[in-house]
Amino acid sequence: MTEIEKERIHEEEHLVFEGMDISGHWNRMFEQRVVWEHDVSALDRVTEIPGAESLAYCYQCGKCTPACPVDHVGDYSPRKIYRRTQLGADLVSSPDLWLCTTCGNCLRVCPKEVNLLKIMPAVREQAVAAGNVPPELQKAFENTFQYGNPMGEPARKRADWVADAGAPVTVLSRDPRPVDVLFFVECYWAYHPRGRDAARAFARTMEILGIDWGILGSEEKCSCDSQRAAGERGLFEMVAEQNIATLKRYQFTRLVTPDPHAYNSFRNQYPKLGGVYDVTHYTQFLAPLMAKLPWVRELPYRVTFHDPCYLGRHNGEYDAPREMIRQIPGLEFVEMFRCKENGYCCGGGGGGMWLDSFSGNHTKERLSERRVREAVETGAEMLVVCCPYEVSRFEDAVKSTGNEGKLLVRDVIELVDEALH
Amino acid sequence: MHIAVILKQVPDLVEEVEVDASGAGIDRDSVKWKLNEFDDHALEQAVLIKESTGGEVTALALDGDGVDQLLYAALARGADRALKVPTSDERTDAPRIAAALAPVLREMAPDLVLTGVQAADDLHGQLGPILATSLDWPHVSVVSGVEVSGAAVQVQQEYSGGRMATLEVQLPAVLGVQAATRPPRYVPISRLRQIMASAQIGEAAAAGEAAALGSTVTRLAPPAQGAGAQMWEGKPEEIAQQLLDVLRERGLLGA
Amino acid sequence: MAGVLVYIETDKDRVAPISFELLGLARQLTEQLGGSVEALVAAADPEPLVAELAGADVVVSVQSPALAAYTPEAHQAVLVEAIRSREPQAVLVGYTSAGLDLAAGSATATDRPVVGYCVGLAVDQGELVADSQLYGGKLVATTRTRPPAVFSVVSGSFPEAAGRSGGRGERVVMDPPDALNHLRTRLVGTSSGGDGAIDITKAERIVSVGRGIGGPDNIEVAEEFAAALGAELGASRPVVDSGWLPKERQVGKSGMTVKPKLYVAVGISGAPEHLEGMQGAGLIIAINTDPNAPIFQVAGYGTTCDLFDLLPALSEQLKAAG
Repeated sequence: MTEIEKERIHEEEHLVFEGMDISGHWNRMFEQRVVWEHDVSALDRVTEIPGAESLAYCYQCGKCTPACPVDHVGDYSPRKIYRRTQLGADLVSSPDLWLCTTCGNCLRVCPKEVNLLKIMPAVREQAVAAGNVPPELQKAFENTFQYGNPMGEPARKRADWVADAGAPVTVLSRDPRPVDVLFFVECYWAYHPRGRDAARAFARTMEILGIDWGILGSEEKCSCDSQRAAGERGLFEMVAEQNIATLKRYQFTRLVTPDPHAYNSFRNQYPKLGGVYDVTHYTQFLAPLMAKLPWVRELPYRVTFHDPCYLGRHNGEYDAPREMIRQIPGLEFVEMFRCKENGYCCGGGGGGMWLDSFSGNHTKERLSERRVREAVETGAEMLVVCCPYEVSRFEDAVKSTGNEGKLLVRDVIELVDEALH
Repeated sequence: MHIAVILKQVPDLVEEVEVDASGAGIDRDSVKWKLNEFDDHALEQAVLIKESTGGEVTALALDGDGVDQLLYAALARGADRALKVPTSDERTDAPRIAAALAPVLREMAPDLVLTGVQAADDLHGQLGPILATSLDWPHVSVVSGVEVSGAAVQVQQEYSGGRMATLEVQLPAVLGVQAATRPPRYVPISRLRQIMASAQIGEAAAAGEAAALGSTVTRLAPPAQGAGAQMWEGKPEEIAQQLLDVLRERGLLGA
Repeated sequence: MAGVLVYIETDKDRVAPISFELLGLARQLTEQLGGSVEALVAAADPEPLVAELAGADVVVSVQSPALAAYTPEAHQAVLVEAIRSREPQAVLVGYTSAGLDLAAGSATATDRPVVGYCVGLAVDQGELVADSQLYGGKLVATTRTRPPAVFSVVSGSFPEAAGRSGGRGERVVMDPPDALNHLRTRLVGTSSGGDGAIDITKAERIVSVGRGIGGPDNIEVAEEFAAALGAELGASRPVVDSGWLPKERQVGKSGMTVKPKLYVAVGISGAPEHLEGMQGAGLIIAINTDPNAPIFQVAGYGTTCDLFDLLPALSEQLKAAG
């Protein structure tokens, strides 16, 4: 703020304007805020980064603070980040840079549209360029580059789960043919033991529905949406281009994926790189088909449901998974008080999946642990999820919060499968 | 200080390494290649030296499939120049690499040559000592730290049992690096792609001829299956149970 | 031509165990190749070492103040000189730090082929047939080499006892080579490594983590299991080189040799360099998702169960058992 503007502002002792008393003595808003006397170059350095401009819009109303899931387990919110940066803290080298899970709840309530979903990837990109990446995240980046998945599993094992699926699965890299649905399995369903359980349940359900579908197999690579949000845009672009080139070689009508992060990627990011697909999340694909399923048993469970940030807030889908739960016979459904638009976050987004020990050092508890406690409070005996990150995160949290035996974590497709057999 | 770093690709052992139809070599087409991890440390050490004392780093590799990618990555990591050395045969053993590189290095005359202490496939000797002996330069293997002091370097050499020695070696010298002072740094892929779009990889004029190895691989196979481990299968809880039962039986539980 | 020349290594001023293994192997080879079992001792004071070498027919000693401490340059000069003057059919060097320095370099200088990572070596129809562990122990290469040649041998591959006696005990004193007067390498200092706060060599139980642990954040899972078991935490070289655990915890060739009653290898594939440091353990249990991992060859029990599922289950059952 310049001196000239400062001089224009002066205080009238008594001023009545169009019948209204607007005397300066009670209206302190006419005075310059003290903060402008400080050096705000740290803030300027952030807001000059392309993509991070909107941090400057913050007027510190603080609406984001109670909405931010990280503030519930620590001392953190966009407003706090703004304030610390305004006072001279360097965001690029601060732990604050890595705690945001890009859940998007702050943007929902922000009157100024300060967009952390753009700010965080942009500022993190600077940190990544400077080689300043938490080691666990660096390992995930390196693995993604080398093996096409953040866990560092061999590409050739990507379709290993198919062998025990109990239903035929067309692996297009071995058996290329046109299919109706190309199912983009993504890393955690392809490799994580609990993800594989869900992948197999999905395969059995697709078999019952008689759908013509296939997977890419060892040619599939991580969609890289979370790597992008974690600041590795170059890695995202490289792998996305590889995926787009691979998908171009196969004929399919639509793309279906169980991973909301992949869904977000295909819906909002890949088109910018020329990859335009008719993409749906598996819950969106299956919800309209639920009525056709030949249920063989009722499931007598009281369940609650956790909205994935990247399906709900990021892409506006709250109904499809609920519709699936509604149609599975026997379930009793209860909402958590934080749900849908205000749903809490599992902590896995925005790179959080690969920052568990880092975040653990800067917060009181994991987001997944807090969420599990909220689920237990509803009296539900089962937490239903529809994001591949969540089964393992919440199962770990069930154990670490001492709730073992009280709460089971199931992918919604596992319940469908259970009710069909 | 001019540092030459010699890089080489080796099969990625996370992936399967299969034997080819001859039964005496690996199936090179099915193998996934990656930078030898010790060479990765050598490169990092070179860049660390450059950053602390100035100088320049030249990355060298024998030409072959995937070598451009390897050298671009080295440039992105901080090497100033990249050079590939043409080769007239398929051999990639250390005597072959040394024979190709010795004349190039003699002409380039770097102060220091760094390379990985060993590679997963260097059956016919390690590159560092072979190259140094050909050049009549001193060499040290199993190095885990290098500091420049005048016309010499002080290096940490590791021995079994965690023992270490600090050796002072006059330059020029060849070092076989076990571990850099700091783990290899991360290079953002955007920088790598930028380098790939803009940087040039040089090509050395002539490679030296290599003598015959004098040793022939007649068979390559997985190790003979000995008695091996008794394998536990089942759910994690069940395996844990079996494991702890064995420990209990053998009195290996408790204080 | 002489028979087989063994480069004698020392450990704390005594002949290192690997050298006895090599002398025993040399004895086997000379039965076919003919000639003597010769041992090369390079030291400032060779006599105490010579006295230990009852397994050699001929002890070739080189005495020089320049050999007071090990440097690759001085020892390579001596070994090269000895090979030239003794003309052995085979030269045996341990696959140790010194072996990494000397085997390939001395072979180059004397224009002999070199074969590394040997776990087996025999004579067949006048040729030397070696089995070498390659690709982290995943494959074994069999080579045929016409002598003379140099071999570096993985420790633990041959019995030590055979190399401790049975030699003729002749002495040959060799003049120090001129190169020792122009050395470009000198010892500045030595250290025993670490501050002594951690000593895994004394532990009765070790839970050791390898690359399979994935990242530094995951070490916690193994730590918890080790704590519940009352075990020390060990690590393979890649884990230490990545800075995830300190050097004092490294098991294997460039780390510690351990002989605990129980060794649980978690996410360790079992490269020869690692096996060398732990195969003397009483009971080895291996946890690795790759069923072909060489670690299962030396383990008594094993499982391909994912460590991230198994270790928490183990910790929990241990805690429950109190």
